[in-house]
Amino acid sequence: MKSLEELMAIKAKMADKVAVRQADGNEIRIVVGMATCGIAAGARPVLNAFVEGVTAAGLAENVTVTQTGCIGICQYEPVVEIYQKDKEKVTYVKMTAEKAQEVIEKHIKGGAVVSDYTIGAAKI
Amino acid sequence: MDEFSLYVLDITMNSVRAGADTILISLMEEGDWLTFSVTDNGCGMSKEQVEKLSNPFFTTRKTRKVGLGVPFLTMLAEMTGGGVKITSVPEKNEDGSENPDHGTVIRGTFGRNHIDFIPLGDMVETVKTLIQGAPNVNFSYVHTFPGGNVELHCAELRAMLGEEISLAEPEILSWIGGYLQEQYEGEA
Repeated sequence: MKSLEELMAIKAKMADKVAVRQADGNEIRIVVGMATCGIAAGARPVLNAFVEGVTAAGLAENVTVTQTGCIGICQYEPVVEIYQKDKEKVTYVKMTAEKAQEVIEKHIKGGAVVSDYTIGAAKI
Repeated sequence: MDEFSLYVLDITMNSVRAGADTILISLMEEGDWLTFSVTDNGCGMSKEQVEKLSNPFFTTRKTRKVGLGVPFLTMLAEMTGGGVKITSVPEKNEDGSENPDHGTVIRGTFGRNHIDFIPLGDMVETVKTLIQGAPNVNFSYVHTFPGGNVELHCAELRAMLGEEISLAEPEILSWIGGYLQEQYEGEA
């Protein structure tokens, strides 16, 4: 059984880590649309893939994953936006958990936008 | 939406957006019925707003002109022989004074054995997603079913962890997922 003691052990481990993390201006912000349109189109597994993928890749110190509401392009959900200082916002559309893995590998880690999945590549 | 847990996620998001800091999510399965309710202390709605909620062409957001969350839930409830009821107390009384008891309760009943009902789906994932998106909200989650119940109270976790550590930290979320999962497996 997951015990509350286990939670306290996690707390002790994290106390140092939280202190270390600080803004250096190079953070990457991954924003997943989680309104009715996003949820119905499958945004929950996409969000989960980003949260777990970023942690697994050891990027959690510099990358945050957050949720937002409807941004008005419901037909392209699940929509994911990537914000980084001094760079143009990148909007990925019709995302899946598998595509999320690829975006973490190539874009978040490697710095190369996966242009096949961006809104520019989607047929309008 | 093909899992009930996605409806729970969608409806609870309304409470988060209403600025609630305390939200109770309750699921109770008993006999032929599932009763689902979300109780929040958010900004609440006027009587007129509550009446308009069942109309898909009513929404307060600006990015699109339709709001389908409550209509979806109502449709599923009515298809399975149940219904949805919303009661709400707005922040401001009609005379403009503040009402400290503001908030909204949405309660739906669903025929859980009805052929049109859908699988509950991954409730653990829904709770984790809510906490990830709103780590400062005190969610309480209580799911009662024949033979057992599963509970999580964010306020208790926060009391243990202190204010410094966000519940949205991956390590904490992963612990929460395991904690709920083990309760479900233990009760099954």
